[in-house]
Amino acid sequence: MLFLPELTILGAGLALFAVSLGQFQPRTVKNITAYVLLISLVTTICSIGNNGTMFFGAFKVDLFTQIIKSIVVLGTFIIMLFSNPDAGVKKGTQPEYYLFMLMSVFGLMMLVSANELLAIFVSLELSSFTVYLMVAMRKNDTGALVNGTAQDSTGHGHAGIFCQTGQGMQSEAAMKYLLYGITASGLMLFGMSYIYGLTGSTELPVLAPALAKIFPAPVAVVAVLLILAGFFYKVALFPMQFWVPDVYEGAGNEATAFIATVPKVVGIALLIRIASLIPASGQEVTWVLGSCAVISMFYGNLAALVQKDMKRLLGYSGIAHAGFALLSVAMLGLYGFAIAMYYIIGYLLMTLACFLVICTLSRNGSNLQVSDMAGLYKRAPLLAITLACALFALAGIPPFVGFMGKFMVMVEVLHKGYLVFVVLATINTAIAIYYYLSIVRQAWCTDDKERPAATPSLLVNAAAFFLLITIIAMGVFANPVVNTLAAALSTTFS
Amino acid sequence: MDQLLLNSGFPILSVLIFLPMLGALVLLLIKDEENCRWTALAFTTVVALLSLTLLSGFDSTTARFQFVEMRPWIEAFNINYTVGVDGISILLLLLTTLIMPFCVLVSWTYIKKRVRAFMICMLIMETAMIGVFVALDFVLFYVMWEAMLIPMYLLIGIWGGPRRIYASVKFFLYTLAGSVLLLVAIIWLYMQNGYSFFIPDMMWQSYSTSAQMFLFLAFFLAFAIKVPMFPFHTWLPAAHVEAPAAGSVILASLLLKMGAYGFLRFALPITPEATAIMMPWVLWLSIIGIIYGGFTALAQSDMKKLIAYSSVGHMGFITLGIFTLNLDGIEGAVLQMINHGVTTGALFLCIGMIYERTHSRDIESATGIGKYMPVYITFFTFFSLAAFAFPGTNGFVGEFMIIAGTFKYSLSQGNFPWLALASIPGAVLAAAYMLRMLQRKIWGREHNPDNSWLKEHDLNIREIITLAPFLLFVLWVGLAPKPFLNIMHSSVSALVQNFATCQAKAVAIAGTILN
Repeated sequence: MLFLPELTILGAGLALFAVSLGQFQPRTVKNITAYVLLISLVTTICSIGNNGTMFFGAFKVDLFTQIIKSIVVLGTFIIMLFSNPDAGVKKGTQPEYYLFMLMSVFGLMMLVSANELLAIFVSLELSSFTVYLMVAMRKNDTGALVNGTAQDSTGHGHAGIFCQTGQGMQSEAAMKYLLYGITASGLMLFGMSYIYGLTGSTELPVLAPALAKIFPAPVAVVAVLLILAGFFYKVALFPMQFWVPDVYEGAGNEATAFIATVPKVVGIALLIRIASLIPASGQEVTWVLGSCAVISMFYGNLAALVQKDMKRLLGYSGIAHAGFALLSVAMLGLYGFAIAMYYIIGYLLMTLACFLVICTLSRNGSNLQVSDMAGLYKRAPLLAITLACALFALAGIPPFVGFMGKFMVMVEVLHKGYLVFVVLATINTAIAIYYYLSIVRQAWCTDDKERPAATPSLLVNAAAFFLLITIIAMGVFANPVVNTLAAALSTTFS
Repeated sequence: MDQLLLNSGFPILSVLIFLPMLGALVLLLIKDEENCRWTALAFTTVVALLSLTLLSGFDSTTARFQFVEMRPWIEAFNINYTVGVDGISILLLLLTTLIMPFCVLVSWTYIKKRVRAFMICMLIMETAMIGVFVALDFVLFYVMWEAMLIPMYLLIGIWGGPRRIYASVKFFLYTLAGSVLLLVAIIWLYMQNGYSFFIPDMMWQSYSTSAQMFLFLAFFLAFAIKVPMFPFHTWLPAAHVEAPAAGSVILASLLLKMGAYGFLRFALPITPEATAIMMPWVLWLSIIGIIYGGFTALAQSDMKKLIAYSSVGHMGFITLGIFTLNLDGIEGAVLQMINHGVTTGALFLCIGMIYERTHSRDIESATGIGKYMPVYITFFTFFSLAAFAFPGTNGFVGEFMIIAGTFKYSLSQGNFPWLALASIPGAVLAAAYMLRMLQRKIWGREHNPDNSWLKEHDLNIREIITLAPFLLFVLWVGLAPKPFLNIMHSSVSALVQNFATCQAKAVAIAGTILN
């Protein structure tokens, strides 16, 4: 029973494996995946409230893990609602694509529950390697449609150079993603070896008291930071963020929607897990993590200012947002952790809303520029409203979830007495507004004659409506959400 | 909690806040444009009438907050939904609710595209503006303060003039950048006050001087940009000129008041010592604003730009009045806030009406229309006179009290009243630029093209209905300002008294330390 949500996903994976042996319409494959996700969403939500451990204590089920798993499945399900199997994936490989996606979700769910360092490592690799493949499975010809999109003036990475060849962009993206990922994994394993050497155990419940005795010995701090590096990579935080722009641009729109949202929620959950090993008095760690957070914000926001490609822009904005979540984690308190979770869940909703618009507008799966949003209010009013709300929310304008998240992070950080971080974070809020506004401007304040009207399907409309409501409701009624998360976290750590 | 006073169980302020929001939701269901206009008008009118009932229950003998409602909102941070009004905010609240129906009326034919979206923006705007004036919880205040930016941005960016995109982005960035530090200040205050965001609890506390200076800086940046005071004013002409008529009215009449209101509600009571230290600088900055606004207005040929720069000057008078920190100055400033809202709002309405006819905001294209549009020019003349504080109009009363307050301030400091004298050229400049425009519009030589076709296009009934209440108000305040002063008197005098006690205490403490 404890393992039921994972089992449904695994069963679905097997089913898709069988499907991949035959010839099916891409749409059928997608529908199967969506139904399976729906079933596993139900089982996951039903499993909320269960408690217990399995596999000799390596797999832990409690309120917190099940809430996060529900979010993971829900996020993936929403992506299925608006994704177009013909647009983003190489012809004939759709079953494999969805198989890998489900395997990645499976890996993420295992990761949330992992209660032991090796289990964490294996789940993380499972969830990452499948995504590398998803990136490479982008349709060949879509890259060619984006001629000359080397918009990144930050100097590194010019995926656009390969655009004309068609094949190159996604391969380059996958390769970069893979290489950076392996580097991060290596660092993480190195850190784990230190921890094992210091404490003689790999089980988190044993580690916490053992490490508390050793802190603040430099070797222990370094070991924990090295483990965190693996998750820094997953949620794209400085200094492990370099893969973001090219991977976002090179991967298909739907694949990017997945990469940008679901793994980040789990990444922050695991950051919290590892950070909770650090005693609350760990001032040095707070300064290190906080500095990484603030640098992430500045890096992401300043680089996003000059982006023209929607996905690149959202990628950089994601780095900045991850910085906010990390800042809250860096406070090493229960409330800080709960707020970080609230923030990243809000981020998932807002970013999904943006990708919903991108995927719906880009019918052939090509990349969209900011200028492609022109006149959206006329072409698709609901999409325009969704986009505007999501962007204002990302910018941190009340009453949306993004504002409440930022606000609570600032309260928590100032509460711990780090005024410098708060001031730097607020400056970032002011910087970020510019590029979000430039998209809203395109969508609402310009007219466009050439681009065709978009006709979102009923399901897409429903998904947009759902996201819209949750973005507002989570902002206005933040209290129950944060309290639930805090209560769930306190049972996890006790 | 002793600052609260509950008048009745009926949550009238919440109704006022959320009724426009409800109207916006209703509009989502209406497809027909004409019905959209009527629905928006109905909702704003009902809100206006409801807000008038506040006056009957309002007790003007006390400085406490009235019609208070308090409900828990985010308990994890002790954030409450707290609203209430005192003598200062009730006037601004009434100004907001009463001006909104006219903004809808003036947009009746002016707005031709996306009428429904326009009306939704207006109604959401109204909700946020009312929220700003009645919020007694700092988070609620900040939420409303920032939420206001979105509909205003859209109003300028979608329905504005040719350079609307530049103007709207500038407006948004300027005001947002100004208020981010405000958030830090709010959270700091929350930590200092036993984890409470309740605004009255934050007032008249003895924070250290250095903390007060930091808070004041954060407040000043946010509010001075909103007012706007002299070096921060550059967003205003751009936004004013490009906004549609209703947008300009909202900007000039209501949004600018929020900066001044912020000074009165937060800067003075929360950081009295810092205010006392910074007072001379702010006063002289106001004077610079008055003179600068006057000279720049004199050089404009675009009517909207002229009024926009004149607003910089007028708002200079208002901040001058606030920072003299005596009864005359502040009462004059509050009165002048209302006056400026009415007069400048009316002038923008007038310009909007002429723009609808000639499709130009240039003075040159509207010269010599006096003989063709007598009704229009009558209204316009009255409002212009009010704008440069002609005796008998509302502007005179306000400006007179402010200058009187400034004299008092200088004399109480034992100085020669340079400050008051320096503000006089501003008043003269106001007369110069208003009369220059007026003279050209009434008697000016007609330029090509001939404007005689305007003869059949004098104001229609809807436009007269829109302008008449403004004229009535101009004369009412001009001739009998007493009722308005009565409403605010208790609150303002309590503010001045508390400030004086705080000063005395600070001086006493400084004295004991020195001895």
